[in-house]
Amino acid sequence: MEEEERRRIVVVGATSAIAGHCARIWAQRGPTDLVLVGRDAAKLEHVASDLRVRGSASDIRIVQLDFLDTEEIASTVASIAQEPIDIVLIAHGALPLQDACQTDLALCRETLEVNGVSPVLFAEAFAGAMDENREATIALIGSVAGDRGRKSNYVYGSAKGLIDRYAQGLQHRFYGTKIRVVLVKPGPTDTPMTARLRAEGASLAPAAGVARRIVNAIDKGRGVVYAPCHWSLVMRALRCLPDFVFYRLNI
Amino acid sequence: MKPVSSWGRLDAHFHQLVGLYDAGSVGDILSRKNPGIAYGMGRSYGDVCLNPGGLLWVTTGLDRFIAFDEETGVLTCEAGVLLEEIQKIFIPRGWTLPVTPGTLQITVGGAIANDVHGKNHHVEGSFGDHVRRVRLIRTDGETIEAGPELQPDWFAATVGGMGLTGVIVDADIRLKPIKGPWLDAETIPYENLDEFFELADASEAEWEHTVSWVDGLSGKFGRGIFLRANPVEAFQREPRAWAVSVPFTPPFSLANPLAMRCFNSAYYEFRKRRAGRSVTHCDAFLYPLDCIREWNRIYGPSGFFQYQLVVPRETGKDAVQAALNEIVLAQEGSFLAVLKTFGARDALGMMSFPRPGVTLAMDFPSRGERTQRLFEKLDAIVKNAGGRLYPAKDARMPKALFEAGYPRVEEFLKYRDAGISSGLSRRLMGI
Repeated sequence: MEEEERRRIVVVGATSAIAGHCARIWAQRGPTDLVLVGRDAAKLEHVASDLRVRGSASDIRIVQLDFLDTEEIASTVASIAQEPIDIVLIAHGALPLQDACQTDLALCRETLEVNGVSPVLFAEAFAGAMDENREATIALIGSVAGDRGRKSNYVYGSAKGLIDRYAQGLQHRFYGTKIRVVLVKPGPTDTPMTARLRAEGASLAPAAGVARRIVNAIDKGRGVVYAPCHWSLVMRALRCLPDFVFYRLNI
Repeated sequence: MKPVSSWGRLDAHFHQLVGLYDAGSVGDILSRKNPGIAYGMGRSYGDVCLNPGGLLWVTTGLDRFIAFDEETGVLTCEAGVLLEEIQKIFIPRGWTLPVTPGTLQITVGGAIANDVHGKNHHVEGSFGDHVRRVRLIRTDGETIEAGPELQPDWFAATVGGMGLTGVIVDADIRLKPIKGPWLDAETIPYENLDEFFELADASEAEWEHTVSWVDGLSGKFGRGIFLRANPVEAFQREPRAWAVSVPFTPPFSLANPLAMRCFNSAYYEFRKRRAGRSVTHCDAFLYPLDCIREWNRIYGPSGFFQYQLVVPRETGKDAVQAALNEIVLAQEGSFLAVLKTFGARDALGMMSFPRPGVTLAMDFPSRGERTQRLFEKLDAIVKNAGGRLYPAKDARMPKALFEAGYPRVEEFLKYRDAGISSGLSRRLMGI
């Protein structure tokens, strides 16, 4: 904190609750240059004013764009990457009802695109723009839902599974360079995205705690991190369950 | 539906929880058809924040700061921001909330709705005295902005209004300049209530914070420890922040009479030996219980009541003495009985609790009939002394005592939102 130099951090999907909490931690830690990337300019402005109060010494910029327009992504990332970047956190996502995805193919496609394709496009654009000889981190938010397909959430889960494989490949690609790739897999977290789960009475982890774990994982450059950490054990067990047992679970 | 209890853990009724995350969409979520109440940290003790069987609008997602004016110290923030968050960010920059209660684990909205007070009431009044503006969203979609000069009637109804005038979505609060987190604190044992009142009167002019812990159990009732403190500029190492958590709810209350008598005597002797002056971090002095997370669990599965009364100074000494006598007789009593004088100022809220006089707060484990019988005796003392009880702490006061203690309730009802209802409002106001 004291002698730490000013870092430049890009948050894609900055209006998401988890990313917003990460940005708070960074802004409050010390002078930081934050670039907030999002779809909704008005919401981005709210997040930015909050961060400006919290980290009065930090510089907060907002960038608004369409998350599926490849040309716009390429040009935006190129312009952000003109100055060196220390951390990129790619955090956007949307959680629709599984039932709705099964009947509405447009929604099904949108779910796959927003949660899977779009984060990969961003990560790929940033990966290409970063200097392999300079220390930097690309962090992606996956999900426990991506670890094993299950009937109640497999469209969202498969998009998150795509992030999983993609991050694996990216880690392989940057092995031996100074760029680290961190994949964080949160369990159900208390955010607007899970408001429906909350109404159903699910127990949700606080977003601030999940964000602390993400920031820690980025500081330490860990490869794959579950948040909260107990999901690591739960998912290991769930992945190992034989099909004939797994299929009987109503999850 | 999910079971939700408040800090007293008396019962856990099912509630439907709806999270509020975006101030702009609150109006769309509230509806007249299905009444609810705003719920923040659930740190009030009884049913003021609950709506058994109904809706709770959870405000902790409204946690954004909006602006801060370095010149005037006015902070604009959403209602779900925690006081802890404000102190953590602003004390290092030389600003503090002028009024904080004994915990920082509460939201700004809750602090306004209950018009909370702190150990410096005689200097700074209550929380509402430092609010410059609130924005309410009503269940009919109307937005109301109110402040001391802007629609002051709505402001007076909302400060201390128990969340019943609309959902508070954001507020302007005037922060106070501060030199640092340190206090020059003094600990003075006293043997009886006369000594307490002498100390309190002598301290009001020169000390910003005063509070006392009173031993309500030992038989030598009325003895206690008086604490007072002033901000001081010091350059000490900040103590490491630490907190332990009561890990589970024991199957029975740990607060049995024997344990409490031992604890009270030991605590008295311990503090008495350490009497004198020292430089103390404000967190340790002002929020001693915040480092024991979920301390409410020690009262076991049945939970506990908090009983906080305020009585005017003229009748105060006799009433406090009488209340302590009853508690000793009933063999009930608490780890933490807090006795404090309020300053000579009326709160601005129609339904605010603080008033000139003396306030006594105690915890009682819930033990059915015998606890209720004791409360009836205490109620009579409060009523005869012309005092009142604190709704934020209450789960059982009779309607008559509420109406006697809060004469402006009729006036207040005109500002209520028809789509907002809480356990407390139904119990004490009929709807």
